[in-house]
Formats: sequence, C-alpha cells, structure tokens
Amino acid sequence: MIAHLPILQVIIPLMAAPICLMLKRTQLVWLFSLLTSGLAFAVSVLLLQQVMTSGLISYELGGWQAPWGIEYRIDKLNAFLLLIISGISTIVLFAAQTSIEKEIPKDKHIYFYVLYLLSLTGMLGIVATGDAFNVFVFLEISSLSAYALIAMGKNKQALWASYQYLIMGTIGATFILIGIGLMYQMTGTLNMYDLSQRLPEVAQSRTVFAAFAFVIVGVCLKLALFPLHLWLPNAYAYAPSIVTAFFAATATKVAIYLLIRFTFSVFGLSFSFTTIPLQTLFMALGLIGIFVASFAAIFQSNIKHLFAYSSIAQIGYMIVGFSISSVTGLTATLLHLFNHALMKSAIFLALAAVVFRVGNVQLNSLRGLGRQMPLTMAAIVLGGLSLIGVPLTVGFVSKWYLLIALVEQGWWPVAGLILLGSMLAVAYVWRIVEVAYFKEPVGPPIKEAPMSFLVPIWALVIANIYFGIDTRISVQVAEAAAQSLFGVSL
Amino acid sequence: MLMGLLNYWIVVVLMMSGLYIVIAHGNLIKKLVGLTIFQTSVFIFYISMAKIEGGSAPILADDITVYSNPLPHVLILTAIVVGIATTALGLSLVVRIKEAYGCIEEEEIQQQDNDQQAESKAEEVA
Repeated sequence: MIAHLPILQVIIPLMAAPICLMLKRTQLVWLFSLLTSGLAFAVSVLLLQQVMTSGLISYELGGWQAPWGIEYRIDKLNAFLLLIISGISTIVLFAAQTSIEKEIPKDKHIYFYVLYLLSLTGMLGIVATGDAFNVFVFLEISSLSAYALIAMGKNKQALWASYQYLIMGTIGATFILIGIGLMYQMTGTLNMYDLSQRLPEVAQSRTVFAAFAFVIVGVCLKLALFPLHLWLPNAYAYAPSIVTAFFAATATKVAIYLLIRFTFSVFGLSFSFTTIPLQTLFMALGLIGIFVASFAAIFQSNIKHLFAYSSIAQIGYMIVGFSISSVTGLTATLLHLFNHALMKSAIFLALAAVVFRVGNVQLNSLRGLGRQMPLTMAAIVLGGLSLIGVPLTVGFVSKWYLLIALVEQGWWPVAGLILLGSMLAVAYVWRIVEVAYFKEPVGPPIKEAPMSFLVPIWALVIANIYFGIDTRISVQVAEAAAQSLFGVSL
Repeated sequence: MLMGLLNYWIVVVLMMSGLYIVIAHGNLIKKLVGLTIFQTSVFIFYISMAKIEGGSAPILADDITVYSNPLPHVLILTAIVVGIATTALGLSLVVRIKEAYGCIEEEEIQQQDNDQQAESKAEEVA
C-alpha cells in the first residue's frame, strides 16, 4: 500500500468521480466526496512525511521503467503542493452542500461533485507526475472541469466568464503542448528528470529557446500573471462561491508550481536565469501586477471582484520572490503559496456564507453586516489583515521572508515597492471594514451563517493565525523544498 | 530547404491564422473555429516531427530497417481527444450564452454586461 501512495493520490479522486454518478442521493454524494478528498489529504500527509524523512519517491506507473514509462516523482516541492491542494479541497467541501443548495439547481448537484473531484484529480495529477506530456493531460482534465464548474454560476455572466476562460486556458495549454513537442524533438524524451539531463547539451539551439518561450507563456496564462490575467476576475466573481474558494486557493498555485518546475528543474537554473533574462522580466511584471491589480481592487464594488484582483496582486508577490532566484526568495514564494491558499480560501468561504444569507456580495449589501454576521465578517477582516501582512498572521511571515530575500540581494527599492503595495491592500480591506462596521444596516435582519460554514471558515482562520505564530512546519518544508531545487535538480 | 520543411511551414501558417481568428473575430463560433485550427496545427506538428521518409510502422520484420517514431502519433491521439472535448464544451457554452444573452457577438454581450453594471450602480446611488 505504502509503495503505491503516489498513484493513489491521483487515482482515488479520479475513480470516485464516476462513482458519484451512481450514488444518486445528493447528501450521500456530498459525504462520499468529502471522504474521498479526506483520503487524498491523508495520502498527501503520508507522502510528505515519507519525503521529509527518506527523500525522493519515484513511482513507475504500471512497472514500466522510466524514462520509457510514466514516472511519478514526489520530492519535497510536490509533496508540499499536494498537501495544500488536498487539504484546502477537503475543508472547502465541508461547506459545499449548504452553499450550493442556494446557488446551483437541485438536479445539477451530483454533477457539481463529479466535476469538483475531476478538477481535484487534475490538479493533484499535474503536481504528482514527472512526465511532461502527462502534465498537459492533467492540465486539461482540471481545466475542462473548471470551465464547466464556473459556468454553473447562477448569473448569466458566469457563462461568458467561462467562455473567455476556455479560450484563454486552451491557448495556454496548447502553448505548453507546443513547448513539450519542441523539447521532445530535441531530446527524444518526455520524462522531466531525463529532460533536465539532456537539455543542457542542446541548450544553445533555437528550438530549445522556442520551447522555453512557449512553455513559459503558456504557464503564465494559466497562473494569471499580469498582463495575461484578464480571464481571472470574472471567472472568480461569477463562479459558484464554493468553486471560487477552491480555485482561488489552488488553481493558480498549481500553475506557479509548473513555472518553478519547468524553470528550475527541467530547463535548469543557469539556462532560465542566465541565458534568458527571466529575472528582470518577471521582477518587472510581478511588480506592475502588484500595483495595477491592487489599484483595480480598490475601485471594485463587487467584493468577489475585489478579492479576485487582490489574488492577481498576490501572484505578483510570488513572482517577485521567484524572480530573485535565491534560496530565500524561493522559500518566500513557496511560503506565500501556502499562506495565500489559507487566506484566500478563508475569505472566499466567508463570502460564500454572505452569499448564502444576503444573496449577493455587492459592497452596499454589506452595510452593517459586522453586527448581523459577526463571526463571518470577523473572518473576512482577519483574512484581510493577513493579506496586508500584519504581524501574527501568515501574511506577515511570507512578506517578511520576501523582504529578507530582497535585502540580501541589496534590492532596497524593490523592497520599498513591496511595502507600498501592502499599503494598497490596507486601502481595499478598509473599504469593506468601513461598510460592514460603520454603516447602519438596511433591509430585513440577517442571521449569522450556519455552522456548516462557520466551522470550516474558522478552521482556516485559526490556521491563518497558528501558522503566523508557529512557523516551524511551513518554513521548514518550504525551505527544504527550495534548497532541494537549488541543490540537485529534481 | 523550403520543400523539405513544407510541413512546418504549413504548421506555422495554420497556427498563426488560427490565433489571428481567435483574437480578431467577435463571433463566438468563429473564435472556436480559430481555436480548433490553432490546435490542429499542433497535431500536424507532432505528426510531422515523428515521420521519417520511407519509415514504417513499428512492426518487427526482417526486411524493415527504417521506422517512424510512433510515440508522438500516440501522444497526439490524446491531444485530439482533448481538443474535441474542448470544442464540444465551448460550443455548448455558446448555446447557453445564446439562450441567456440572445446573441453570440462579443461586443453585444459586453454591452449588455456593461449596461447591467451601470444599472446596478445607479440603484446603489439611489
């Protein structure tokens, strides 16, 4: 059993998805999905433990030896990501049944869970696999189910958002496919480890340059790096609230994982950062992204839009950390991956609770909600504080590491800009606080959200604070993962 | 040179025209057509890259010495299936968009969304 953990991680949700269709009763399907996701989480915990104690796990699919067969290769970086994805997915699922009751027609509930599990499978697969073409296949599994999930939103704008995402997402995935094809043409292999061994020999050829460009642009489309972020705000704002909570915490993280994997492991550090001026490019795009998206967030009247723009800004921070290309910088990025997943899932789940009680998340509907839904609004505020980076929250830890990394390199101006960017976060979080706590409520009285929301929301909020104080686990894993990327590739 | 790389020239031309159609056309169906052409160019790219002139299918026989690489051909079968799924999903989205908005032109849809936003803003002010 233990030897087969890498494949179980992916195959459990994949097999569970069609079984959902046979169960027929919504409540039962919900419990079953929760159980599946919980199992996946347990597997990821075991995998991380195993990787941290005994190092890299290589699993040959069907017993076919790598590089001919497909290999699942779990190192510290993958294991960390698997844990984030399956953990968030499980917590979010707790609130799913209550939330979708009001947002999705009854006859579509079962399909919702099927798509959710398939999307989970895709994301786990992208992270677990060590085969470049397998990445593309899983990417499309997660994307296709994501398009369908977003289209389930109750407004008609959801359809349009889903369509736009489909066009952009498919172009991105096809770019990755072209890149993989060009790499295969030059090396005759698809195994990532094998690629990393063979690519340096041919690194100076134009084909490899083209492959690199295609892969990077494709991945950046998926991770919504400025200026390729246009699909994200509407997709997040109009998707069913539960879907937003899940995707905001995981989907872009998976794309950032791919970016790290391809630049650091497959193409190698010297090619990505010395031969190609990736550092300047990503530093600039990351910083512009932080400012443009944070400014845009300040002027939104739909809170989901507001936090969607804030997500783009937070991706900017991760990209800045990535572009430093030092161990500390990468540690900051990985920490922020984990921390941002915690904050955004807490905030978007709380917004799901607001949608459940109020019906929408327009800023004006939130008037006086701080008194009527105190626990839910407190969760949004604490999540917002974490976004700003206030001490004792997780947001502080990752910003701290990012600043240290920048100061190490002597890039004081960039460090200043990062702090300035955090001030913009104060501005958009304050707008919510002002409306929710300092305005008189209008309309009929509103009750606090039900327990099925409050328990997962506060579990996440407490995690936000816990990992902000006790940083041993998250920092240790992130640091170990970053070091292994700089040490021996893969 | 030109003839030897003919397949690749076709790939490039198809790829660029596909992308151009996606960007330039406002009709949602035409966009999907462009997307399909774009994807098809990648299929041809994978197939051409593995084909060797006079190469045979991977069958073990004494008189065959030159083989084409079957792996990219198999890979692209998967990508074709993915492409079909994407097109099908895209088209069904267009059907739903037509039902909800009453049109399939990008500009009109955006116009309707903007109008609605302006309305809700006006309500908020009032």
